[in-house]
Amino acid sequence: MAQKQVSDQPSVQELIAKSSNKKQKQLVEKLIPIILFIIASISVLTTIGIVLTLIVETIIFFKDIPVFSFLFGTEWYPFANKEPAFGILPLIAGTLKVTIIAVIVAVPFGIGSAIFLSEYASDTTRRIIKPILEILAGIPTIVYGFFALTFVTPLLQQFIPDLKIFNALSPGIVVGIMILPMIASLSEDAMSSVPNSIREGALAMGSTKLEVALKVVVPAALSGIVASVVLAISRAIGETMIVSLAGGSTPKFDFDVTGSIQTMTAYIVQVSSGDAGYGTTIYYSIYSVGFTLFLFTLVMNLIAHAISKKYREEY
Amino acid sequence: MKYINHESVVKRMMSRLTINKVFKVIFFFATLFALLTLAILFYRIITQGIGYLTPEFFQNFSSRFPAKAGIKAALIGSIWLMFVVAPVSIILGVGTAIYLEEYAKKNKLSDFIRMNISNLAGVPSVVFGLLGLTIFVRALSLGNSVLAAGFTMSLLILPVIIVASQEAIRAVPNDVREASYGMGATKWQTVVKIVLPSAIPGILTGAILALSRAVGETAPLIVIGIPVIIQFLPTGLLSQFTALPMQIYDWAKRPQQDFQFVAAAGILVLMIFLLIMNSIAIFIRNKFSKRY
Repeated sequence: MAQKQVSDQPSVQELIAKSSNKKQKQLVEKLIPIILFIIASISVLTTIGIVLTLIVETIIFFKDIPVFSFLFGTEWYPFANKEPAFGILPLIAGTLKVTIIAVIVAVPFGIGSAIFLSEYASDTTRRIIKPILEILAGIPTIVYGFFALTFVTPLLQQFIPDLKIFNALSPGIVVGIMILPMIASLSEDAMSSVPNSIREGALAMGSTKLEVALKVVVPAALSGIVASVVLAISRAIGETMIVSLAGGSTPKFDFDVTGSIQTMTAYIVQVSSGDAGYGTTIYYSIYSVGFTLFLFTLVMNLIAHAISKKYREEY
Repeated sequence: MKYINHESVVKRMMSRLTINKVFKVIFFFATLFALLTLAILFYRIITQGIGYLTPEFFQNFSSRFPAKAGIKAALIGSIWLMFVVAPVSIILGVGTAIYLEEYAKKNKLSDFIRMNISNLAGVPSVVFGLLGLTIFVRALSLGNSVLAAGFTMSLLILPVIIVASQEAIRAVPNDVREASYGMGATKWQTVVKIVLPSAIPGILTGAILALSRAVGETAPLIVIGIPVIIQFLPTGLLSQFTALPMQIYDWAKRPQQDFQFVAAAGILVLMIFLLIMNSIAIFIRNKFSKRY
C-alpha cells in the first residue's frame, strides 16, 4: 500500500527537473547583483551630485565676485543696494562662535555623563538613562530652536541685561545641549568597550573608581572620545534651525556673543525663505556658502574617521 | 615591629575615597543636566501649547490670526511626505545594504561605497536642501512638490537606513545561510527567504527611526522652497504642500506673542506624531526580534 503511493508520485529526479527552470533561475541570479549594484551606486551618485552642484554654482558665483574678496572679505552685505559685499569671514565667525560655545557646554557634560554611565551607574540606572538620552538626540532641531528663542534667551537676559533677543550665546548653549547626547553615547560606547580585566587589574592595585576612570579607562578610550567630540563639532557647524531662529541675521566679524549674529547655515535659510530671484548673485551665493560649509564638515568627518581608525586599540 | 603604618594608610586612603565620592556626585549631576533640560523643555512646550490643542486646530488652515490658525495642511502634508519617503528610502537603503553585505566582493570599490556612506551621513541637512533645489526642483522641474521634497528627504536619511539594515543583515548567523545553500537554494533565494525575514525587525526599527528624523527635518524643506501659507490639501505627488516643521518655523518666527503658543501647539502635534512612530518601532523590535 505504502509502496504504491510512493510510486504514484513523481520521482525525486523528476521533481528537481520540474522545479528548476534553470535558464530563468540563472538569469535572475545574474540580474539581481547588477540591480543591487545600481541601487548601491545611488549613494555614491548623491555625493557626486552634491559636490558637482556646489562646485558648478560656486564657479558661476565667482564670475561675479572675485575669489579673494570672498575668502578674505570681512563684510557680508549681500542685500545692500549700492555696493553689496560678499566676504565670508563674518559668517564663519558666527558659525565658530556658536560652535565654540556649544563645545564648551557639551564636552564637560557629555564626557561627565559618559564616565558616570560607564563607570559608576548600575545596570538599572544605565538602562533608564540611555533611552532618555536617545530621546534628547531624537528631538527635531526646530523644537530646540523654539526652546532657545522662548526659554533660554529670556532666562539668560535675567543674568546678562545687555543680551539682545538674537545672540550667539543662547543658540550656542542649545546647540551644545543638542550635541551632548551624541558625545555622551559615543564616548560611553568607547569606554564600555575597554575590557573589564584592565579595570579589575587597576582596582586590585588599590585604585579608587575615579582613578580607574581617569587614569585607565579614559586614556584607553581616548580615540573614541576624541572622535565623538569631532563628530559633534561637525554636527554643530552644520546645525541650521536653532541658529536661524535664535541667532539673528546680522553677520559680524568680531568676538561679541551677546549681539545678533549670522551663521553660514542661517544665511542659506534666510535667502531661501525670502525670494532672491533665480540667477542673481545672491542666489548663487548660497551655493558658495554651502560649499564652504560642506568643506568644513567634510574635514571634521574625515578627521574623526582617521582618529577612530588610526588609534583604535585592540584588546 | 610594624611594617605598615595603619593610621597613615587609612588617612591617605580616606582623602582618595572622598575625592572619588565628590567626583561621583559631579558626574551624576552632569548626567542630570541633560535629563533636567529635557524635563524643562517638555514642561514648557506642554504648558504653552496645550491650550491651543483644540479640535479646530486640526481642522483649520494656517491664518494671520493666532486664534484661527490650524495645522491641517501641515499635518496632512507631512503624512503625504512620508508616503513618498518611506518606500523610496527603504527600497534604496535595504537594496544597498543587501548588496554590501551579501554580494559585494572585498575590493576597493566596496570600500569606497562604505566610506562614501559614512561621509554622506555627516553632510549637513541644509546642503541636501541645495542638492534637492538644483536637481529635483530645477533640473527635473518637479517644482516645490511632494515628490521633490520626498526625494530630497529620502537621500538625506538613506545613510541611516543603510547602516541599520547592514547591522540587521550582519546579525543573521552564517550557519543559516549555509544550511540554505546546503538544501540547494540559490543565493537570491537565500537572501529573500532566509536572511531578509530574520533581518526585517532590525531593518524596520532602523527605518522608522530614520523616517522620524525626516518628519522633524526643516532646513532642506526651506531651501527647496516649500511654502508655509497654504490653504488647500495636496491633491497629488506634484502638488504643492507644507509640512509640520515648516509650519512651526513660520509660527515661531512671528513677532506676536500668541503665535508662540500656536507654535508650541504645533510642536506638540509633531512630538505626538514622532511618539507614535517610535512606539511602533519599539513594538516591532520587542515583538519580532529573534535571537539565535
